[in-house]
Amino acid sequence: MLKYRVIPTLLWKNVGLVKGEAFDSWRRVGTVLPAIKVYNTREVDELILLDITASAEQREPDYDSIQEFSADCFVPLTVGGGIQSIDHITRLLRSGADKVSINSAAYDNPDLVRISSQRFGAQCIVGSIDARRTIDGGYECYSQCGTKATGKEPGEWARELQQLGAGEILITSVELDGTMKGYDLELIKRITDCVTIPVIASGGASGYQDFADAILLGNAAAVAAASIFHFTQQTPKEAKKFLSELNIPVRIFK
Amino acid sequence: MNVVVIDYGMGNLGSVRRALEECGARVMVSDHPEDLRTASHIILPGVGAFTDGMANLNSQNWAAEINRAVVEGSVPMLGICLGMQLLAEVGFEGGRTAGLGLIPGVVDLLKVENAAERVPHVGWNEIILKGKPNLFDQIANHTDFYFVHSYHFQPTDSSHITTTTPYCGGFTSSVQNGNVYGVQFHPEKSQRAGFQLLKNFLKL
Repeated sequence: MLKYRVIPTLLWKNVGLVKGEAFDSWRRVGTVLPAIKVYNTREVDELILLDITASAEQREPDYDSIQEFSADCFVPLTVGGGIQSIDHITRLLRSGADKVSINSAAYDNPDLVRISSQRFGAQCIVGSIDARRTIDGGYECYSQCGTKATGKEPGEWARELQQLGAGEILITSVELDGTMKGYDLELIKRITDCVTIPVIASGGASGYQDFADAILLGNAAAVAAASIFHFTQQTPKEAKKFLSELNIPVRIFK
Repeated sequence: MNVVVIDYGMGNLGSVRRALEECGARVMVSDHPEDLRTASHIILPGVGAFTDGMANLNSQNWAAEINRAVVEGSVPMLGICLGMQLLAEVGFEGGRTAGLGLIPGVVDLLKVENAAERVPHVGWNEIILKGKPNLFDQIANHTDFYFVHSYHFQPTDSSHITTTTPYCGGFTSSVQNGNVYGVQFHPEKSQRAGFQLLKNFLKL
């Protein structure tokens, strides 16, 4: 059967790998290439690589870097950050991306999702949503790396993205990202209830139990995490061992 | 050995090329159909929609050269993902479109059978071997491969099915008709098992 995926996320900014908290106070924590090499050797399920400031700084994706990162990476790679046009997607796919993640541009230009899905197939287009809690207990989508309120409700927006042609949703809680306080299960459940495409949970994982919760309680098809893999002794391999002991199907190899 | 990877403007060819090189192949990524005349092995990769894929193959004159090499010349060819689907006679992604017709069958959307299944089918799933296909030599039954697709190939002749995968009622995850091979998963992204499969193909 289809296995639940455990996906390390690499956030980068100006070639450096960074870590923030709640999409703020970014600090450099290394360079991207060595991290990718380690994950490649460990045969992780997938990798997500996000250039976090490209859209806010109105930069195009950095194709040369992606090419360099992907040259020796045989792990399925999703790349996001700064994607504004079909041409950007074409060039990213040619640079070694297997899937692209579209976030800010989708709000201003929903046609980008629609046309790219027709051109490259839905399976290639990941709709990425960054959400914050609102005062009344609901949620709101934010673009531009969590800085710009969009007025969209995440569940409704996820449904729209699916209708436009996204093949997966990456849902990130802005407040919890980088805090290692656990995922926002209510937010994840909200998204998985609204769409029939796979949902990747992101933002806040503190340990293996959080992965299990996102899968069993949130109905996520995959769990993404950055901090716990980069700054603790926890690894994707151990995470999958933990999940398999709970009878959650994951890819285990000797 | 001269492996030609067909570059018809569809998707990530870099990883396919790199994976083949890791498996010891000399690889040429080509956008010139006549290069197939010197090929010992042909790879038809591809990510994207069936209609666009066939439009590109036809307008760039690939279809005729593929036929010449594969049907007349018996050169082994491996279609990967969309490349496998294009081997069919007909595809229904983006309207009804004629495929290369190298393996009888049609390509249609996956249909979920229960609430737990979601389409696209993305991630690692196992293959169930039918008999002992040479492409899967030294690959254990139930080995996981990496999939990312919404459509699937339904061969007319079940003897062309070499593996199935348990999702959406069980779909055909690889096919073979003589020297023409197709895999729905991505061997270039399936790490050790994927590399073993590519090595098996290169031995043909």
